[in-house]
Amino acid sequence: MIKNLKGSFQNFYRYRFLLQNLIQRDIKVKYRRSTLGILWSVLNPLLMMFVLTMVFSYFFRFDIENYPVYILSGQLIFNYFTESTSMAMESVIGYAPLIKKVYVPKYIFPLEKTCFSFVNLCFSCIALVVVMLVTGAPFHPTMILALYPMATLFVFSLGVGLFLASSSIFFRDIIHLWSVFTTALMYASAVFYPKSLLDGSIMQFLINLNPVYWYIDAFRQVVLNGQMFTFNHILVCALCAVVAMVVGVKVFRKGQDSFILYI
Amino acid sequence: MDDKKIMVSIDNVGIRFNLAKERVDSLKEYFLKFTKGALHFEEFWALDGVSLDIEKGDFYGLVGINGSGKSTLLKAVAGVFKPTRGKITVNGTIAPLIELGAGFDMDLTARENIFLNGAVLGFSKEHMLAKFDEIVDFSELHDFLDVPLKNYSSGMVARIAFAIATATKPDILIADEILAVGDYAFQEKCEKRMQELLDAGTTVIFVSHSIEQVKRMCNKATWIEKGKVIMTGDAETVCDAYSAKY
Ligand SMILES: Nc1ncnc2c1ncn2[C@@H]1O[C@H](COP(=O)(O)OP(=O)(O)OP(=O)(O)O)[C@@H](O)[C@H]1O
Ligand SMILES: [Mg+2]
Repeated sequence: MIKNLKGSFQNFYRYRFLLQNLIQRDIKVKYRRSTLGILWSVLNPLLMMFVLTMVFSYFFRFDIENYPVYILSGQLIFNYFTESTSMAMESVIGYAPLIKKVYVPKYIFPLEKTCFSFVNLCFSCIALVVVMLVTGAPFHPTMILALYPMATLFVFSLGVGLFLASSSIFFRDIIHLWSVFTTALMYASAVFYPKSLLDGSIMQFLINLNPVYWYIDAFRQVVLNGQMFTFNHILVCALCAVVAMVVGVKVFRKGQDSFILYI
Repeated sequence: MDDKKIMVSIDNVGIRFNLAKERVDSLKEYFLKFTKGALHFEEFWALDGVSLDIEKGDFYGLVGINGSGKSTLLKAVAGVFKPTRGKITVNGTIAPLIELGAGFDMDLTARENIFLNGAVLGFSKEHMLAKFDEIVDFSELHDFLDVPLKNYSSGMVARIAFAIATATKPDILIADEILAVGDYAFQEKCEKRMQELLDAGTTVIFVSHSIEQVKRMCNKATWIEKGKVIMTGDAETVCDAYSAKY
């Protein structure tokens, strides 16, 4: 077991340049053809926030202080989760030509997509800071703690991504189901409405079962409210990350040797 | 006295593929088949009970007609396939040249691809920087370094792939029909490089459809047909038997 783990780390150390190379390539390819290039990674969340804010403050009148910042922070965390898990899910299939020709540890591909998506998240955080400056939102010293939900969410998404990558190879339907599922999940994550809206309904109970909601809430707690995490924030974020990772790694390891027969 | 170290030991290896037409890709198909009790796969053994030992310093040839399982065997040695049955033990580092252009991104330039391909093979950036000039010299493509690989001819891609894989002395070099696409001068150059590596202690596993080439370069050979070993021995004997049949 210990020897096994040591072997895995040596293996990972050897392939760290591949990881780095693939992330760089993804970034390069994503922005190569556009005039504004990498600026888009900041502009995109800004424009999305603009649209959502317009739409939602027109139709609903939520009692939320600094709605643009509220919506952007929720959207950024939620988008990271959807983007990274969807990309990780299709990564092994996407790299099929490579996997069929040379030996490469397979977990590199979901890991790479989760990292690449995290780079995008960091760019989106720049957009958030811009919006906070423009709207005159206060900068709380607790902001730095936002790294905690971000880091645990990274682990959580990686676990989910590994699980999806493995199971979608054997059942391609999962790819379609997952996009429907994440759309539904967005409405249960309090991205654009206040949680108090749900008071007294069954949804109030359900939303607590949604891990992504907890990451969003923890993030807002320190960035928007300028308060310390509650004990539940700390616990749920860590617990979901660990559980997802353990399940993801188990499922992925079990399937990885037969991937090549199905891609 | 037997002081030769066994570099690759292939012990009763079988590899099974599920044939594509029987692939159950979606839940619906799965349920349909499951309820009908028809959930079985058509099996196909691409390799069956193959045993070989390859010793240090061997230039080992594999011969056989199309589809006999040579590439499958090489991929199993390189770790791409995991044997369904049996065991493969490899002692040392492998440079795989099985399918050319593995780990190349056709949209990137040759320069970028050298680093990407190096990373795929598990080499560090520093290592690739140190070997960069040597790789470019060997492939003789100085003028095309910043051209996207999609604009290369297949022989040019082969040159780069060969140069990268052999820039570092591997313990085991796997070469699957790589000489077929190069022009005559480049084939000569590759043969020379392989001979140099061999002299420096590398073990080579070599597949070619040119029997004459196998005879000239290899010391030992195995003839495979329909996934089974027909004959193993010194290259001359095996090649003569093989060409007598075809
Ligand atoms: N991924 C795969 N899935 C299913 N069948 C496969 C797969 N790869 C190879 N095969 C089958 O295994 C058999 C052996 O193929 P292989 O590529 O090893 O032949 P080969 O000896 O290298 O032939 P060639 O001389 O044409 O290169 C073939 O019948 C092929 O159809
Ligand atoms: Mg072949």
